[in-house]
Amino acid sequence: MPSEQHAIEITNLNKWFDDFHALKDINLTINQGERVVVCGPSGSGKSTLIRCINDLETHQSGKITLTDTQTNIGMVFQQFNLFPHLTVMQNLTLGPMKALGMSKADAEARAMKFLERVRIPEQADKKPRHLSGGQQQRVAIARSLCMSPEVLLFDEPTSALDPEMIAEVLDVMTDLAGDGMTMIVVTHEMGFARKVADRMVFMDAGEIIETGSPKEFFSKPKSKRCKLFLEQILQH
Amino acid sequence: MRLKNLCFLALPLLITGCASTSGTWGWYVINPNTPSGLANIKFLLNGFGATITLSIIAALLSMTIGMFVALPSISQNRWVRLPSRIYVEVIRAIPLLPMLFWVFYGLPVIFKSMGLNISIDPFWGAIITLAISDSAFTAEIYRSGIQSVSKGQTEAAKTVGLNYTQTMRYVILPQAIRRILPPLANQFIYIVKMSAFASVIGMQELTRRANELVVTEYRPLEIYSLLILEYLVLVLIISFGVRWLERKMDADESK
Ligand SMILES: Nc1ncnc2c1ncn2[C@@H]1O[C@H](COP(=O)(O)OP(=O)(O)O)[C@@H](O)[C@H]1O
Ligand SMILES: [Mg+2]
Repeated sequence: MPSEQHAIEITNLNKWFDDFHALKDINLTINQGERVVVCGPSGSGKSTLIRCINDLETHQSGKITLTDTQTNIGMVFQQFNLFPHLTVMQNLTLGPMKALGMSKADAEARAMKFLERVRIPEQADKKPRHLSGGQQQRVAIARSLCMSPEVLLFDEPTSALDPEMIAEVLDVMTDLAGDGMTMIVVTHEMGFARKVADRMVFMDAGEIIETGSPKEFFSKPKSKRCKLFLEQILQH
Repeated sequence: MRLKNLCFLALPLLITGCASTSGTWGWYVINPNTPSGLANIKFLLNGFGATITLSIIAALLSMTIGMFVALPSISQNRWVRLPSRIYVEVIRAIPLLPMLFWVFYGLPVIFKSMGLNISIDPFWGAIITLAISDSAFTAEIYRSGIQSVSKGQTEAAKTVGLNYTQTMRYVILPQAIRRILPPLANQFIYIVKMSAFASVIGMQELTRRANELVVTEYRPLEIYSLLILEYLVLVLIISFGVRWLERKMDADESK
């Protein structure tokens, strides 16, 4: 269960791409251990929001406060972004060895632990391109976990996957959620959201339109835009 | 019209010249079975050393200068990029021959006006000019190689805590190198061919030696034919090397 301790506080966040206003006055506080699922139509600013949180984008006004200054933020990308020239094991040990200064043996032990966690220890010595999409995304999740993040961000982690591989990735994510990891997940997988989310966030045109518990959110959305979105997405 | 007529005239001349003994072709000048022919061949072939040395040193220098030009050119900051941009645009626009004249004949005048009595050595003058001229191209090869690695790679590196130098060293450059090496090796072929211009400032490489022999022997057709053959052999050898390198990298890739 999420604690009352804040992990991330976002206040009056505004982001422009040149003169395009991509994020408008975003206010969002995320507690430690909380699982937040962000959804909304394409182009509504979901990626931009989580990319602002982990500093991949700069913002022009407002504040993003990480309550613990040591907060490590992990990120899982839609396109996996594994390092293609390195083996799975090397993908996992690069950060711990170079950024955290761990020894090779320690980094490999840790990597193995997380590969088992995502259920592909036997793929350790392969290059990413020899793995299926679902396996690659699980490696990417393991790579983030190796950095011992306090917060894990997911940007549509299953959108680039063939349908039969979506479940294996969602299973791993559900598993992580059960461990109390703070997670912000951008996804349209509403089954996953129902099961895992503590809170739903709906965005449209750069704004947070509504937030609420999954129960309220799915049964009686307050705004028209949200209702419309849910109808469209739940149709199939 | 006139040009076309000339061609028609030249064609039979060339053909009959080969077959007849009328003197169009006079291979005796480089006939290895005669002492003078053999001496001439040796004189010409001795240019290989200078051409190869010149090309290799110029290429290494060009690769080094290119690196220093390319690194700022991938910066996010446009003011950091600007000097590299200007360097590439300007250097790339200057033909090699005028640049050689400027360095060899012009630069000493500046040195003189400063009270320095420096004359430019043809060997180093040619190397430095070739290297600078070529560095604009190597810089572009590096830049496009580095930029061909997707932005997602830099972002992933950042999310696993790597700083700029580590990202370059462990993530970007190992991927870029595969896209940099083949065009870089190709560029070496250009340097070898461009090195012929060093002859005009007195560097005794392949072309210069051919010119000198033509002046004494009056057999331009045979001597320049051999000269072209010399470059052809040299470049074909490098080409094979490049192909081999590409194949080897493809093989590594599919491992
Ligand atoms: N680097 C960029 N430059 C300019 N516009 C961008 C950039 N990144 C995103 N945008 C724009 O910002 C808006 C929000 O994008 P994004 O956050 O990717 O949306 P979502 O993830 O919700 O689909 C879109 O209209 C998109 O075109
Ligand atoms: Mg997106």
